[in-house]
Amino acid sequence: MGKEAAKKGPLASRPDNSAFMQQRLPAWSPMLTASTVLPFLYCMAALCMFLGVLLLITVEGTQEMKMDYTEAGSCNDCFKFLQNVINAGKSCSCKVMIPLEQEFKGNVFFYYGLQNFHQNLRKYMDSRDDAQMVGRKYNLKKPSPYCEPYITDKNLPIAPCGAVANSMFNDSFSLWYHSPSGPIAVPLYRNGITWYTDENVKFRNPYSNQSLAQAFNGTTKPPYWQQPVYKLDPSNPNNNGFINEDLIVWMREAAFPNFKKLYGILKRTKEPFTNGLPAGNYSINISYNFPVQHFNGRKQVVLSTVTWFGGQNRFLPIAYLVTSGLVLLMAVILTVIWWKFGRNAKNMEE
Amino acid sequence: MSFFGLTWMRERERESERKLRANDREYNLAFKYATNGIKTSKYNFFTFLPLNLFEQFQRIANVYFLFLLLLQVIPQISSLSWFTTVVPLILVLAVTAAKDATDDINRHRNDNRVNNRKVQVLIDGKLCSERWMDVKVGDIIKLESNQFITADLLLLSSSEPLNLVYIETAELDGETNLKVRQALTVTGAMGDDISRLAGFNGEVICEAPNNRLDHFTGTLLFGDHKFSLDNGKILLRGCTLRNTHWCYGLVLFGGPETKLMQNCGKNIFKRTSIDHLMNVLVIFIFGVLALMCAVLAVGNWLWEINKGYRFTIFLPRQEDSNASLSAFLTFWSYVIILNTLVPISLYVSVEVIRLGNSFYIDWDRKMYDARSDTPAEARTTTLNEELGQVKYIFSDKTGTLTQNIMTFNKCTINGKTYGDVYNYSGQRQDVNEHTEVVDFSFNPLADTKFSFHDHSLVEDVKLGTPEVQGFFRLLALCHTVMAEEKNELAYQAQSPDEGALVTAARNFGFVFCSRTPESITIMEMGKQQRYELLAILDFNNVRKRMSVIVRSPGGRVSLYCKGADTVIFERLHPSCRNLMEVTTEHLNEFAGDGLRTLALAYKDVDEEFLSSWRQRHHEASTALEDREAKLELLFEEMETDLLLLGATAIEDKLQDGVPQTIEQLSKADIKMWVLTGDKQETAENIGYSCNLLREEMNEVFVISGNTPDEVREELRNAWTTMKPDKAEGMVFLPESLLSKRGSAIKDEVVTGEYGLVINGNSLAYALDDSMALDFLWTACMCQAVICCRVTPLQKAQVVELVKKYKKAVTLAIGDGANDVSMIKAAHIGVGISGQEGMQAVSSSDYSFAQFRFLQRLLLVHGRWSYLRMCKFLRYFFYKNFTFTFVHFWFAFFCGFSAQTVYDEWFITLYNLVYTALPVLGLSLFDQDVDDVWSFQYPQLYVPGQLNMYFSKTAFFKCALHSGFSSLVLFFIPYGAMSDTMRNDGKDLGDYQSFAVITQTCLLVTVCIQLSLEVAYWTTVNTIFVVGSLVMYFVVTFAMYSNGMFLLSPSSFSFIGTARNTLNQPNVWLTILLTSIMCVLPVLVYRFLTIQLWPTVNDKVMFKARQAKAAPPPLSRKARMRRGSSRRSGYAFSHAQGYGELVTSRRFLRRPTVSPSSGITPMKRSTTSFIPMGRSAGYSPTAGAHNTKVPDVEVTSLQMYRTT
Repeated sequence: MGKEAAKKGPLASRPDNSAFMQQRLPAWSPMLTASTVLPFLYCMAALCMFLGVLLLITVEGTQEMKMDYTEAGSCNDCFKFLQNVINAGKSCSCKVMIPLEQEFKGNVFFYYGLQNFHQNLRKYMDSRDDAQMVGRKYNLKKPSPYCEPYITDKNLPIAPCGAVANSMFNDSFSLWYHSPSGPIAVPLYRNGITWYTDENVKFRNPYSNQSLAQAFNGTTKPPYWQQPVYKLDPSNPNNNGFINEDLIVWMREAAFPNFKKLYGILKRTKEPFTNGLPAGNYSINISYNFPVQHFNGRKQVVLSTVTWFGGQNRFLPIAYLVTSGLVLLMAVILTVIWWKFGRNAKNMEE
Repeated sequence: MSFFGLTWMRERERESERKLRANDREYNLAFKYATNGIKTSKYNFFTFLPLNLFEQFQRIANVYFLFLLLLQVIPQISSLSWFTTVVPLILVLAVTAAKDATDDINRHRNDNRVNNRKVQVLIDGKLCSERWMDVKVGDIIKLESNQFITADLLLLSSSEPLNLVYIETAELDGETNLKVRQALTVTGAMGDDISRLAGFNGEVICEAPNNRLDHFTGTLLFGDHKFSLDNGKILLRGCTLRNTHWCYGLVLFGGPETKLMQNCGKNIFKRTSIDHLMNVLVIFIFGVLALMCAVLAVGNWLWEINKGYRFTIFLPRQEDSNASLSAFLTFWSYVIILNTLVPISLYVSVEVIRLGNSFYIDWDRKMYDARSDTPAEARTTTLNEELGQVKYIFSDKTGTLTQNIMTFNKCTINGKTYGDVYNYSGQRQDVNEHTEVVDFSFNPLADTKFSFHDHSLVEDVKLGTPEVQGFFRLLALCHTVMAEEKNELAYQAQSPDEGALVTAARNFGFVFCSRTPESITIMEMGKQQRYELLAILDFNNVRKRMSVIVRSPGGRVSLYCKGADTVIFERLHPSCRNLMEVTTEHLNEFAGDGLRTLALAYKDVDEEFLSSWRQRHHEASTALEDREAKLELLFEEMETDLLLLGATAIEDKLQDGVPQTIEQLSKADIKMWVLTGDKQETAENIGYSCNLLREEMNEVFVISGNTPDEVREELRNAWTTMKPDKAEGMVFLPESLLSKRGSAIKDEVVTGEYGLVINGNSLAYALDDSMALDFLWTACMCQAVICCRVTPLQKAQVVELVKKYKKAVTLAIGDGANDVSMIKAAHIGVGISGQEGMQAVSSSDYSFAQFRFLQRLLLVHGRWSYLRMCKFLRYFFYKNFTFTFVHFWFAFFCGFSAQTVYDEWFITLYNLVYTALPVLGLSLFDQDVDDVWSFQYPQLYVPGQLNMYFSKTAFFKCALHSGFSSLVLFFIPYGAMSDTMRNDGKDLGDYQSFAVITQTCLLVTVCIQLSLEVAYWTTVNTIFVVGSLVMYFVVTFAMYSNGMFLLSPSSFSFIGTARNTLNQPNVWLTILLTSIMCVLPVLVYRFLTIQLWPTVNDKVMFKARQAKAAPPPLSRKARMRRGSSRRSGYAFSHAQGYGELVTSRRFLRRPTVSPSSGITPMKRSTTSFIPMGRSAGYSPTAGAHNTKVPDVEVTSLQMYRTT
């Protein structure tokens, strides 16, 4: 097969002698032999073990405090208050106590959590209009049909439209540290809690050379909301409209019915919070507005620190350790079997 | 083949009788007979799109996707955007349509080639050159030598004496000898007188078109007389005119109504067994899909009742909707979401893979025949993997196993053998193309193509050894060959063997020159001698011998006899005992070499005895009663006390490498059946010489009964011989028990090897419904089966029988038109190409030039294709099931609301882009071991026959594996992500991040899984796998980029998700963990099976690994000489009755005219003797069969390890 014949004359239609056409491409033919599989398994076991231990140590280094406030403390009253349909939409304030037994070092994050709230229902999830929320004038006035049934209210287009925005979580919190010298308000950053891309690309206010209210002229607020979208944050005029960070956080729908969302980040500029949250007693004043009793929901607040690995979730470290054990077990079993049966390649004889 | 009403209309008014009038187109037109054009194509330019779409939407998967598309339009149901279905569907339809279009264009081209052949037609008293397709019933056409016969014709007149024409019917029935057809005297008288022919107004009434090749009835009404017409006056399309300058014929049947086309059978669309399995699986998948959707719909109903109604405050329902309606809609929504269970891209991928593997066949150099410059060709691209599952091969003999060339190879004269070549040390040498050839230049009349290697024979002839001279004198006298002297001497022999013998005698100086009914003229060593021919004792099958009685110029009366050795030996004079023993020994040797032998004997006849004998002979031959028997007795009386001269050995040249191929195939557990139109003896002999029948076989049964009872009895005997322990009553179970649908007849385990030979008559009975199963059962217990004297239709019937009851994959291989029906009937049809007459090839699925390429087609290409297809299917189902099942698990967390786990773009592109190339790489490049090892271990082929690589079990394993993988792929990201946050404190548990994580995990896992499947990692595979992963990330980042979002915010709402998710270490740790968890069980399972229960593949792969440094062990020398004692095979294959023609009183030798017409007559045949046969004499590479081209084709297995 060595010599190439010219493509003329008697051998004109002879196929080319290329490795590809003759299926002789150089190739590596791996086979699952003991010398590759067994060492590989042991290495895997070791790797998983290492990762498991490493992650476990990391996770143990984070602190987390969860507090279900649905019916806790004085919020019980609010819970009952809102159960009464007459009071829907009215405000109620309450207070819960949180003891921190250990100091929370470093950055501390404040989350609110909801349980049993299905942000992942297909119809619910679809009920939004990204084109509207990126500030397109056309879509502002003519929201997508997906927003059904919150497209218009009294013939005015709703901004932001859809079920997601309409059901936005509207409890608000203030955290107090009960220091020996008296209660101190814990300062929280209320911005910087969203993804950069969401804040800067995905959500934009409709353009107007006058005020923000002007930009939203001709639209109406979602029915469940107390305030129109351009008045969401009275304290910070730049945090209004579609780029309100709480709204953005809410609009990033959770994958599962139990979720938590970032509410604020500890401002570590002043004592005694420069190192984080000191141990001691804390209380949270809650403006209790969000009704959860209809769907058996629960509400929580979560205080947590993070590491490179994120928060305090022990699933992965434990899963790695379990996997490591499994792999090791398999490796040992296979080694024994190989030693007894396969070592001399007797089975490989015809 | 044709559409709309055309066939149907014709079907309806089925003609019962055909009427036509010569030269009267108007009259004949009234009957609307088919013209001579043929049409095998399906579409034309305008019908293509509608017809093709119509056909494509007959495929259940396409309809299903259309249905999905409709579902997606309903807003309440639509759970996915329309493009997820439309994009793949359009792609699939387009690819298939493109393929169908190219196929049909090829068919058009073929049709045109045949339809546009030219023939001379008599129109308005002039001969015009017309295209075949324009020839009409009732036309008179003129044919010349070596032309294909245009349509079914009534022979009117010919150039030869007695209005004879010679035709070769090999294309039709596979018989190699020339046949004679004779025109009616009344039409023959017209000769080539154009005006008389143009005035011919005979009317023919004959049978309607049918497929019986050997039968024709009709009458010709000419003048006031009626003449009856039979098969002997008909020239059928598909035959070739030979040795006849010209002839005129009247077209009776044209195009689709010719017997050839009627015999072709229907063009069935062939599907592979994997296709059938896939259809079953798809239906099963539909079931599973419905079940899953039902479970989820019920889940939705429960959820709506328990939870959903409370959630309406955030997500109000339509007023009238309730839980039941929601559940109903959810069912259909999930039908859409889970549609990936029935993968539409599966069918496209399968087509692409088959196409790729077909190209490999086209490209294979080792299946390229240099002599005829023909590469192998995969003519259909849909059957590749079936090549890896063949269990039964049905082979034609002539032209397929044999070259159809007879050569005088050896002889034994007076106890001395000639023909072997010895070297200086006295060792026998193998004859090859370099061996020195005997120089026949002393003889000016010698045939230049004849070659002989043993010089001693020619020496002995020249020395004038009387026995040697007598030997060749016999060969020159005792035959029925006719000589023709044009520019050079040419012979017309009815059987190729006789031709070979007479040619041998010619070269050794005993040249047969001419004959008259009373005399034979030969040139004896340069001297012309005229022998008076006194009687011919003709050949028949019982006598197995023929004799002539001649009076030499010297006045000596001798009888020369040649025949089967056993027959001759019985009639020898006792004095020949010693010589007989020696000759017997030599004959054994010849038979051991697979040669066909004839014993030659003579005796001098006493004048007085002769005259009385002739007297009685005359009486007997004119007797009205019992003529045959009386003649038989007379012949017996004459042929006694013969003196043995010697024996000839003729080689029926096998194609190269046939015995080795058959041996290899039998090692691969493939059963070989030879179906031939040839005689039993010939077929049997070839069976031995090509290793099909073996000396070691316990017994070779011959079934040749003439009544159903005889056949049944013989079959029964064969059965009891093979299975003596079985009770007689058990032998034949009632058919009702066996022919239950779906139950294949199991192979019986037989100790010892057996062969079965059955002839056409018996086969007709054996194929009858009442006996078919008995026959099949018996035949399948034998290692080799030979059916001889079978008609094309019987060939197909045999194939159908095996197909029907054995549920095994069958392959038919042949080269002539007589094989077409069988080629079409079998699962796979293979045509031998490179010779003239492409009938078989054009209806075949694969074609190549040499039989021996079959082993490469099956053992290498077929096996690889099957392996690849199975790997592909297993992997494909795995990846799609895994993909889909994750949705199922997610349903339990999203309130069964038909929310998808992945991004819609991922769903659209997963099959088409992200995973398409790696799996194609797997299924185009994978090989377990290379071709050398495949040949080394033919048993690697067996798993394919047993469907071991892909079956329902394998499918369930895939599904289970997918179930496991999908659990891992859903729950590990769920556990890892549901209660954590990013390392900057922002939340991570959102839907979009989860989608990206899960889909990345899925893709990585699926790629790793693929890598475990790949046994042959080429660079391309690596590029495909790595490239696909890279492409995934590139496409994902692009889709989730700012630009795309701003382009269409609602379609690309995943903006930034990739960036924000994939920069998290715990995401990558999750991906790593899912991969490990998914791969671990596979790794362990594979390793365990290799260690504990290695398959034959594992074993050979292991060996190949071990031997990687050293080349594989050399296979033993191809074939040893058989020490055989069998020699029933005698060289005689022509029919009885030629002797009568030769001695016919009417026979008048016309002086040979050198044709003055412009047509050059038979240019090639003028050079020398024509070996009578299909491939001989007129092939464009005439002579190439004898003079081998150097440097090509090493025949043994060694050819596969030259590189």
